[in-house]
Amino acid sequence: MKKLLKEAAWPAAVFLAVLALWQGACTVFRIPPYVLPSPPQVFATVVERHANLVAAFRITAVEAVGGYLMSIVVGVLVALVFAQSPVVRRSLFPYTILLQTVPIVAVAPLILMWFKSGASSVMLVAFIICVFPIIANTTQGLISVPRNLVDLFAMANASRASQLLKLRLPHALPSLFVGLRISAGLSVIGAITGELFASSNAVGEGGLGYSITYANSQLQTDYLFALVITTSVMGCLFFFTVTGLEWLCLRHWHESAMKVDAD
Amino acid sequence: MKDTDTGQPPFITLGNVAKRWSNGVTVLDGIRLEAARGDFISLIGPSGCGKSTLLRLLSGLTPISGGTVTIDGMAPVAAREIMSFIFQDATLLPWRTVQGNVELGLELAGNTTAAARREACDGLLRLVGLSDVAGHYPRQLSGGMKMRVSIARALATRPKLLLMDEPFGALDEMTRDFLNEEVLRLREVDRFTTFFVTHSVAEAVFLSTRILVMSAKPGRVAREIAVPFPFPRTSALRSAPEFLERVGEVSAALRTVKGAH
Repeated sequence: MKKLLKEAAWPAAVFLAVLALWQGACTVFRIPPYVLPSPPQVFATVVERHANLVAAFRITAVEAVGGYLMSIVVGVLVALVFAQSPVVRRSLFPYTILLQTVPIVAVAPLILMWFKSGASSVMLVAFIICVFPIIANTTQGLISVPRNLVDLFAMANASRASQLLKLRLPHALPSLFVGLRISAGLSVIGAITGELFASSNAVGEGGLGYSITYANSQLQTDYLFALVITTSVMGCLFFFTVTGLEWLCLRHWHESAMKVDAD
Repeated sequence: MKDTDTGQPPFITLGNVAKRWSNGVTVLDGIRLEAARGDFISLIGPSGCGKSTLLRLLSGLTPISGGTVTIDGMAPVAAREIMSFIFQDATLLPWRTVQGNVELGLELAGNTTAAARREACDGLLRLVGLSDVAGHYPRQLSGGMKMRVSIARALATRPKLLLMDEPFGALDEMTRDFLNEEVLRLREVDRFTTFFVTHSVAEAVFLSTRILVMSAKPGRVAREIAVPFPFPRTSALRSAPEFLERVGEVSAALRTVKGAH
């Protein structure tokens, strides 16, 4: 516990310093609140409009989690296909890189135009942004099984299925979690981006992304800040949930989890 | 060779076995060899002499390019059911406990119940003195203990043929000596036939009934040296004059093989 306090002391000091600087800038330069609201103003807005924030959080969380779960299912399935043969991998992998390199802000409006504007389309945007890290990392994990272990299974006349279930998948689990951690944060970004474009057609469906556009257009800068904070909280929540899950799954045997485990 | 007087065919026969890589390099050539049940055969020789490759040919993990390999009347791949391979490193599955690792072979063979597997493995873990760490994960074990788990896993399927590819090369000398005695002790319980690749002359003499000294480019059996010491052998053998004499003989043979290239 003492160690935890020590660990938290420096980040907390930085946080307070930034707040002080922020407040100082607001006071000294007399910045109007619609350009930069002061920390107490933002805090007051968070308290005052917490009902709106929670509602928006819910909507966006459902979209982000939906897209994230979709990307896990599809990503792992694609990785399994990729792991079957180098030919398949070589011929298809370049196209999955497209998913990563095409700017999501360009694709999002298209998706919302092609499909019905709504939560499922936003999920699709989140899915597109999430799926690549999962495919790439899981494939890497599946194909990087040490040769001796593959030989060991061959010597035991193991079927393809048991080689997959008892060797390749467990071996790929740490890599899968690397992808899951990256995508956890991306899913929130994806959902927000999707909503930015969905908002024009579906007013009133107010998730965080939609509310951000709205707050921005109304010059409710304090509310905008409150929304950004809420978004960050969601991203952190996702990230730590996945990290916790990773620790649960890998704590006994994998280096990444051992660091936390070490006494 | 030894089975001829009983009139039975030898347990293992290698007839003029050759192995060439796809780039044309001949690793092994003209390997003729017969092994009787219970033989402990060490393969020793300079690096590149193909001793590990010979082991892989026996296991069927690497196909032969010429000649024949017969194990108990079967081709290598078909004979996998009666053999186990012990690799240079312990090759344990890090996500399984010691118990889970030892059970792996039986589990993959698929004709046992979970209870039967557990019972078989409990017995084996007792035999190798690992009962206390049955629930531990490999990362919690020392290198020597990992290797013992690997040996226990290999023996769990009750193999008739054990292929060991330099299993103790990475261990310190004390652990190596200890594990050498362990292997001989286990061999008394279940008399498997063994092919053992090593770089250590003392280890080969201590363990083997026969030592094959191999030469490189292409790999051939240059000399065979019989080790007639009776079993069970104990650590006291290591300081016996006849043991040291045999070590000297093998070392000399190894030097002539190396000198030829």
